[in-house]
Amino acid sequence: MTAPLIEIAGLSKRFDLRVGAFGERSATVHALDDFTATVIEGETLSLVGESGCGKSTTGFCLLNLHRPTGGSVRYRGQEIAGLDEDAMRPLRRELQIVFQDPYSTLNPRMTIGEALAEPILFHGLATKADLPARVTRLLADVGLTPRFANRYPHELSGGQRQRVAIARALACEPRFIVCDEAISALDVSVQAQILNLLLDLQEKYGLTYLFIAHDLAVVRHISDRVGVMYLGRLAELAPAGALFSQPMHPYTRALLSAVPEPDPKSARSRQRLQGEVPSPLNPPQGCRFHTRCPIARDACRSAVPAWREVATGHHVACHAVSAPDKLNWEGTE
Amino acid sequence: MTALLDIRGLTIDIARDGGPARVVDGIDLAIQQGESVGIVGESGCGKSLTMLSLVGLLPNRIRATGGSAMFGGRDLLKLGPKELRKVRGSEIGFIFQDPMTSLNPVIRVGDQIAEALIWQKGLAKEAAQARAVELLELVGIPGPAERARAWPHELSGGMRQRVMIAMGLAGHPRLLIADEPTTALDVTIQAQIVDLVRELKDKMQMAVVWITHDLALIAGLADRIAVLYAGTVVEDAPVSAIFERPTHPYTRGLLASLPTLAGAAMERLPSIGGTPPEPGRRPPGCPFAPRCAHAVAACAEAVPRLAPVPGSDPRHRVACPVMTERAAA
Repeated sequence: MTAPLIEIAGLSKRFDLRVGAFGERSATVHALDDFTATVIEGETLSLVGESGCGKSTTGFCLLNLHRPTGGSVRYRGQEIAGLDEDAMRPLRRELQIVFQDPYSTLNPRMTIGEALAEPILFHGLATKADLPARVTRLLADVGLTPRFANRYPHELSGGQRQRVAIARALACEPRFIVCDEAISALDVSVQAQILNLLLDLQEKYGLTYLFIAHDLAVVRHISDRVGVMYLGRLAELAPAGALFSQPMHPYTRALLSAVPEPDPKSARSRQRLQGEVPSPLNPPQGCRFHTRCPIARDACRSAVPAWREVATGHHVACHAVSAPDKLNWEGTE
Repeated sequence: MTALLDIRGLTIDIARDGGPARVVDGIDLAIQQGESVGIVGESGCGKSLTMLSLVGLLPNRIRATGGSAMFGGRDLLKLGPKELRKVRGSEIGFIFQDPMTSLNPVIRVGDQIAEALIWQKGLAKEAAQARAVELLELVGIPGPAERARAWPHELSGGMRQRVMIAMGLAGHPRLLIADEPTTALDVTIQAQIVDLVRELKDKMQMAVVWITHDLALIAGLADRIAVLYAGTVVEDAPVSAIFERPTHPYTRGLLASLPTLAGAAMERLPSIGGTPPEPGRRPPGCPFAPRCAHAVAACAEAVPRLAPVPGSDPRHRVACPVMTERAAA
C-alpha cells in the first residue's frame, strides 16, 4: 500500500481577472503555487487551511476540473494535467469528487434512483436489467434502504443527501475520491455518521481519499497524512500523528492552538494570530506567512523557504525549521 | 435575584397548509444579569427562533403562540411593533451569523452604525458619526476614522463581523444575542472575534447569549449551557457540569461524536443513529426517544420535564426521568 497513485509536481494555478469598475485593470489571483506531493494508494491525504488557501483549487486541478497553469499531475504514471475533455473521459470514472453542499449537487427533478443510475449507464457498468439491483446495492453501501430510490432530493435530510452524493461517486467504481468539505455543512451528530461511512467504504473498496476540510479535529480522525496550506502554498505535510503531536511550521502551530477544545478547563496557552490572510491578488514576497508570523526574520521577507523533508515523511517550508530537534523558535527578534 | 430575561413555556408554530406545525415546544429559560449562556443544538432545533421571537423578528408564517418572556418587567411577547422597536438594539442587541448579507452594501459602514445611534439614542448626525468611529475603535478595527468611510465590500469577513458587533453594541444593550457569530469565519479569525466579544461583555457588563452548534467553541465561553433538541430544552447546567457529567442521552451522544485534538485518533467516532424529527412529525412523549438507546416504554407517553440531577450541581437540570432515576440510584 505504498505505491503512489498520483504524483503531483510543481502544480500551480493562476486565475486572470479584470478588476476596477469597468474591468480596465487586469489582475492575477495566485490560487496555487508550486504544489508538490504524492498521493499513496489506499490512504487518506487531507488538506487543511483557511478560506482562500488553495485547498479546493488543488482538488479541482488534480481532477483537471480546473486546467492547471503549470506543473504536472501523473495518475498511475499517466500525465493528466494537460489532457482535454475527451482524453480525460475514460479516467473520469476512476476519479470522483463529493462536494460540500448536497442541496445543490443533486438534480431536484431526478429521483435518487435515476441520479444513481445515470453514471452507471453512462460508463456502461451495468445493463438495464441489472440496474435496479445495482442501485439497491449502492444505497445499501451508504446505509439507505431501497425505498429511497423512488424519492426526490427535497424529501431527504442533509445527511441523507450527502449519503446519496457519496453513493453517486461510488456508482462509477472509482479508485480516488476528492471529498471537498464533504461534511462541513452537516450537524455534529450526522457528521460523525458520514465520517464513519467514508471510513467503512474505504476499507471495503480500497479507496484513496483526498480529504479537503477546515476542521482540524475532523481531519485528525480520518487522515493518514495531512498537508497544511497557506495562501496557495503548502506549509507542512506530515503523517497525521506527527503533524498533530509535533507541528513544526509556525502557521500549523497557530492553527492548532486556535481550535477550540470541548473542555471548559482546557488551559492551553492559546497563541493568537494577529491580522488576517493577505489577498491572493497580491501575495507577500518571500514566505507568504511572514506578515503574520511571530518569528519572522529578514530572510522570510525576501526568500521563499525551501520545501524540505526534516524527518521521515515530514516536509516543512520554513526558514526557521531545519531539523525536528533543531527548532529555531527562540532568539529571534 | 430576578432574572434579566425569563422565558416560560414558549411555543412557536409554523403555519403550513396542513395546519400549524410546532417547532418550539415549551421552552423554559432564564438569563441572569451579566451571565454568559450558550444555547446549543443542531439545525432546526429552534435555538434561533426562540431568540428571534423575543424581539419580534420571526419570519412570516412563524409565530410565538404561547408562553411568556419577561424582560425588565414586561412580557416581550405581548409588546406591539412600536414598543419592540425600542427594545431592539437599545435593550437587546443582536449579532447575526452572516455579516455579508446583514450589512447594507450601498451605505458606508460608519453611516450604518450612526443610523442605529440616531434611531435609538436620538443623537444628532455629527455626534452619531463620531460615536460610530469610537465604536469601530472599540471592536478593534485599525484606522477607525478611515474605516468608517469604507463600503462593506471593502472589508474582509472578520472586519465585517467586527462592524456587526459594533452595531449590536451601539445602543449599549443589557443583553446581547450572538447568533452563530463565527460560523462563517476561519478558525484563526473566529478566535479573535470570540476574544473580542468576551472582553466587551465584561467591559459593558452585558449578558450574552451565544447561539451555536459548536460545543467545543462554547466550552470556553459560557457560564451555563442549555442543550436544545427538537424545540425543547433537554439539559440546562453550568458549563462544567455539562462537560463533566453530561446526563441527557442526547447531550452524551453529541459530546461523544465530537472529534477532538486530544485523545486517540483514527478510530470510528460514536454517532447518534437517525435524524431529528421534522416539524409537524414530532413523536408523542420525549422527542429524542426514537433515537435513544436508553428509551423505555414510558418515554413515548409523556413529554419529560426538566428536573434536578441528583448528586450534581444544584443548577443542573435534565429532561430525562430515566437518567435522573439512574443518577439517584
